Amino acid sequence: MRQVLARAIGGLAVIGLVAGAAACNSSSSSDDSASGNCGYKLAYFGALTGSSANLGVNIEQGFELAINQYNDKKGSTCIEVAKFDSQGEPAVAPGVARNLVADKKILGIVGPPFSGESEAADPIFEEAGIPTITPSATRVSLAANGWKTFHRAVANDDAQGPAAATYIKDTLKAQKVFVADDQSAYGAGLADIVKQKLGSAVAGTDKTEADGKQTDFSAVVQKVVSSGATVLFYGGYYQNAGLIRKQLTAANWKGTLVGGDGMKDAGLAKASGNAAAVGTIVTCPCSPPEKSGGTFVADYKAKWNVDAGTYSDVAFDAANLLLAGIDAGNTTPEKMNTYLSTANYKGIANTYKFTSTGELDPSLIKVWAFKFDATGNQVADAEIPAA
Amino acid sequence: MNFSGLIQDFGPLTITGLAQGAIIALFALGYTLVYGVLRLINFAHSEVFLLGSYACLIVWGFFGLDQNSATPNVFSVIGLLLLGLMAAIVISGLTALGVELVAYRPLRRRNAPPLAFLITAIGASLFISETVGVITKRNIKAVPPLIRPADVFVIGNMHVTNLQILIIVLALVMMFVLDRFINRSRLGRGIRAVAQNPDSAALMGVNKSRVIALVFLLGGLMAGIAAVMYDLKIGVTRFDAGFLLGIEAFTAAVLGGIGNLRGALLGGLLLGVLQNYAASLFGTQWLHAASFVLLVLILLVRPTGLLGESLGRARA
Repeated sequence: MRQVLARAIGGLAVIGLVAGAAACNSSSSSDDSASGNCGYKLAYFGALTGSSANLGVNIEQGFELAINQYNDKKGSTCIEVAKFDSQGEPAVAPGVARNLVADKKILGIVGPPFSGESEAADPIFEEAGIPTITPSATRVSLAANGWKTFHRAVANDDAQGPAAATYIKDTLKAQKVFVADDQSAYGAGLADIVKQKLGSAVAGTDKTEADGKQTDFSAVVQKVVSSGATVLFYGGYYQNAGLIRKQLTAANWKGTLVGGDGMKDAGLAKASGNAAAVGTIVTCPCSPPEKSGGTFVADYKAKWNVDAGTYSDVAFDAANLLLAGIDAGNTTPEKMNTYLSTANYKGIANTYKFTSTGELDPSLIKVWAFKFDATGNQVADAEIPAA
Repeated sequence: MNFSGLIQDFGPLTITGLAQGAIIALFALGYTLVYGVLRLINFAHSEVFLLGSYACLIVWGFFGLDQNSATPNVFSVIGLLLLGLMAAIVISGLTALGVELVAYRPLRRRNAPPLAFLITAIGASLFISETVGVITKRNIKAVPPLIRPADVFVIGNMHVTNLQILIIVLALVMMFVLDRFINRSRLGRGIRAVAQNPDSAALMGVNKSRVIALVFLLGGLMAGIAAVMYDLKIGVTRFDAGFLLGIEAFTAAVLGGIGNLRGALLGGLLLGVLQNYAASLFGTQWLHAASFVLLVLILLVRPTGLLGESLGRARA
């Protein structure tokens, strides 16, 4: 008897769920009739929490600032901000991406910030036809998938990797370099390019687990020390890098840690302590925020009460580029995508023009080196000449 | 495979592995104690460790210390270490007791099947770790540099630092004290009695509930000490620190023979060292995989672990 009752209740519950889902569907897809060019949404997709959240938050805040300024000018909430937290995890991203594409008012996406989650989520955006502009996912192969909706507002690792190698050879003048990575789409890709460019100067290599999956780096540290390397290049993100830097210092290694834009965050110095982080070099296919035009740096500080971070300015530009598209009457994702393929937009950090694969036009690429100072800030060191 | 690297770095890899292994061993004691008495894998033990790793940081935070502070003078360091240890021990011990009272005791009263305990254990573990994750926004919390690693002595390329000695010696001392306690004291006899046969022990006048609470408390104390050592060695903690190390500690407990205290120590030290060797030989990406292959191999030969399993039959 109890079984029968349980089945009956279960059955009712299933019917309820189906009905509820149907109701949700009908309500979300019905209204597409906003007046003028208002009533649409632009989305940020990327990490807002998780082990590498700082990089995502920098981008989201730049993005949101641009839309707020646009709405202030219009005097109303013309374009809505939609935020989707992927936690930066390739395993989490697809589910969140499906939530995003269900919202038919979204005309464009700024993100995803990381390469791993891009590989997981971009196919879903491609299928839905919603254009994305990533301000920071730099893995080369992302542009080779034939995605029509993919746009990259920064240079890829083909620019960053050689620049890092140039800096290690010419500025640090290192004879022996140890190269390690975190096996992520981004980290491994970058480290491979650096290895290739450094050639015989590579004194040893290793791979670590991803952020949050390993905390004891004794073996890597020992290998670096024994290799006699004066530079460690680490392809990975800031949290692991900070831990490795701290444990290297504890093992009395005096060399320089060098990494890519994934390590360009105060979180590195937070994990290692400022004293250990001093002198760490990070490359970035971006300009120093203080070099960006207009009142962006001051506006950002006023709005968020923190300094603009890595790629905040690029995200700000990406959002403004999408807003310019809306102003030009591109109020469907398809029209927006066509608009982006021909746009030539001058923002505060750079000028943006995309190739047919969605890459930034080669003539617009810049790579800078930044150095950690005694307070954990990354100070612009030098622009690295194109290799 | 990099044999020359392993041979060249054998000394340094051994000492850093022993230090990591000592932490794992202290952590593993909690699994082994609870299993020895209750035949229960307390998966929430990883969060007992986690809260300990935060407790000492919060206490040190009261003194205005963070990762950028200068190293205080020797007396302050000793004082701060003791305070940190006390805080971690108290919080970890209370957490372990709390888990027992909330998640396990009600089930035991109702004679729930073993599977139910497993689920509440995982539930309690996730609940605590996710709560910490939400409160800390899943950010790391960094540790003040209380002990600047400095070489105490050097043999070849093996640099033995003050911190490594502290960790290893502390683990051995705690292990010895716990072993004596279980095998020599009256309360310890009660634990062994319940481990051997709960019903007979109850007939002999042993208060089973109290013994079980004591076992959770002891495991918590050891995890608290492990947590402080972990903080000092690794330099940061975060909401899932317990999960990662917990799997290793559980492996160590099984490796040594779950339910056997000395087995936990042996398993922990062995795991720490062998992980280092494997990382050197195959590359760090094989660190975790290698340790589990090893576990399977050892269990194939000795299904009850290296030193056998029973807490009740452990000899003095």
